[in-house]
Amino acid sequence: MGRYVLRRLVNAVPLIIGITFISFVVVDLAPGDFFTSLKMNPQISPETLQGMEAKYGFDKPLVVRFFLWFWRVLHLDLGESIFYHVDVLSLIGRFLPNTVILSAAAMVVSWGLAVPLGLFMALRPGTWADRLLSFFAFMGMSIPSFFFALLLLIFALQTGWFPTGGSFSPDYDTLSLAGKVWDRVHHLILPVVVLGTSGVAGLMRLMRGNVMEIMNADYVRTARAKGLPERVVVFKHILRNAINPFITIAGYELGALFGGAALVEAVLHLQGMGNLMLQAVLSQDLFLLMGSILIGAVLLIVGNLLADIALKFADPRIRYE
Amino acid sequence: MSDAAVSRQLSAVNVDRSESSFAAFWKMAGWPARVSLALLAAFALAALFAPAVAPYDPAAQNRRQPHHPPMRVHLAPPGEWSEGLLYVHKTKLADIRKRRYEETEERIRLSFFKRGRVLTTADPDARLFLLGTDALGRDFFSRLVYGGRISLSIGLVGVAISYTLGILIGAFSGYVGGRADFVIMRATEILMSLPTFYFLLTLAVIIPATLPSSLTYLLIVAILSFIGWAGLARIVRGLVLSEREREYVLAARAMGASGARVLVRHVVPSTFNYAVVSATLSIPGYILGESALSFLGLGIKDPDSSWGLLLAEAQNVEYLLRFQWLLIPGLLIFLTVMAFNFLGDALRDHMDPKRRGTV
Repeated sequence: MGRYVLRRLVNAVPLIIGITFISFVVVDLAPGDFFTSLKMNPQISPETLQGMEAKYGFDKPLVVRFFLWFWRVLHLDLGESIFYHVDVLSLIGRFLPNTVILSAAAMVVSWGLAVPLGLFMALRPGTWADRLLSFFAFMGMSIPSFFFALLLLIFALQTGWFPTGGSFSPDYDTLSLAGKVWDRVHHLILPVVVLGTSGVAGLMRLMRGNVMEIMNADYVRTARAKGLPERVVVFKHILRNAINPFITIAGYELGALFGGAALVEAVLHLQGMGNLMLQAVLSQDLFLLMGSILIGAVLLIVGNLLADIALKFADPRIRYE
Repeated sequence: MSDAAVSRQLSAVNVDRSESSFAAFWKMAGWPARVSLALLAAFALAALFAPAVAPYDPAAQNRRQPHHPPMRVHLAPPGEWSEGLLYVHKTKLADIRKRRYEETEERIRLSFFKRGRVLTTADPDARLFLLGTDALGRDFFSRLVYGGRISLSIGLVGVAISYTLGILIGAFSGYVGGRADFVIMRATEILMSLPTFYFLLTLAVIIPATLPSSLTYLLIVAILSFIGWAGLARIVRGLVLSEREREYVLAARAMGASGARVLVRHVVPSTFNYAVVSATLSIPGYILGESALSFLGLGIKDPDSSWGLLLAEAQNVEYLLRFQWLLIPGLLIFLTVMAFNFLGDALRDHMDPKRRGTV
């Protein structure tokens, strides 16, 4: 197990170099670079510019520049954001938690609803409840997150039940601890509904399919033949096996959630990685862009690894050499 | 078996073949798939014949009629049908700042197939706003019809490109194996570990803002396909790995077919069933990708039109509350994506009856 994790981590290094290098090339292809915007800023003296050019190696070829950047990343120096004039690492440190909290909450909601609903549907295939839920699943899978967010925005504006911008209220700092927690939760409800809906829809169908497949398995028939109570068959034999594929896709879910979160953040004006990234794209903020992609990729790779390890614990049949 | 029996059997086989696979699919599909197919066909026809379906040029502005609400179409009393079956009321701008319009008694007659349009006003100077107008007084219906050209075709073009790439590269990788296989698989791993949406945003940076929309369109398709082929290539590679051990491949090799011929004529077609289903189900991804980019202002740009771009106007909170017809493009994206999902699901059941009713 330890060797397996080690090998995966070693494999991740070329993967991360590959991902960041592709992104580096793409940003380099963009017309104009971020020095154009810096040069137009009268507050920055030519000497500072020259210093930056030398530091980041902007007079050198692409590959050299990339490895200069990567070398600094290894020393936890992600460079400085041009737009915010702050260290990229601290900037990401400020925005990332909001996105992680949002994605985690959406994941908890979608798993928490999808597993029982999928099981419920599979145990009553073809009934009106199954058909109705299936139809809702199709709707949930199909509704574009930005459109759904707009609809909820109308709802929030017309009822006044939910705050419509930002991740916390303007008077956040004056609130008590309980007030702070409630304030955060209150601001999270709408985005979690948007993100959770598509998650629930897809996972629910997956769960239904898994359960229906497993219900025909020999060991389920054996369990029933042994005279085990239905409750034990469903929860011990069917449910535990049906959940395994979920753990495998949990890592990929993370990627989808981050993407979905970015759009929802843009519509609902939340302070998260999505909005940060959008800002970085619009202002061609090279180091902020690269930093965000790096962090995103690392999270995805770590997420997949954690999912594989979790699967090992959930399913003892799986062995990693 | 007598000759007559054999020929009867053969003709039975022929009968089966003569029934097209489409008819068989239609017979089997449930109502959601049929409705979806009809809806997509209607959208596609409207987009294809956009110049006739849309009453106006999508960029034509009516500065005196910004944010005009959708007009109600009335049926004329039977005695007046010679003048036109349908009419709308002429409106007058009561308050430009509040965008308040008042209906007057005056009627605007509508006529079919005049001036090369399916439905337009009898009087060329009068205006028909079926779904209202935007901030510049452009007819929203016309913009939606033209926007559908981009939003609908991007899925088909994107899938065509990424599936050609994915199937060819995946089949090649699986069939050849060795070092090439190793390199290709590492490349797909990199592409699949990309934080997709962040990378999409980054790629959008290379699209200069001044580029004409036709080129922007091509670049978006290229970008989406560049990310999209990797997952498919891995699956096709897996299918090919199991397929190449089959007897018919050995037979083809024994008959002297070259490696490339076996690959293209025998191995690749065996993956088609899977590819058709998965292509249908991945079309929504391309549609959503384009609309998301355009929605964020990084894709198709004004005065051209796409559903994502049209929905962007609804981001203005004041517009959102007062001019709710601006949400229609979102509804159209939603319906289109749902139709493709229903269709893909039905296709999967059709291709693989074993799965029927399981997922």
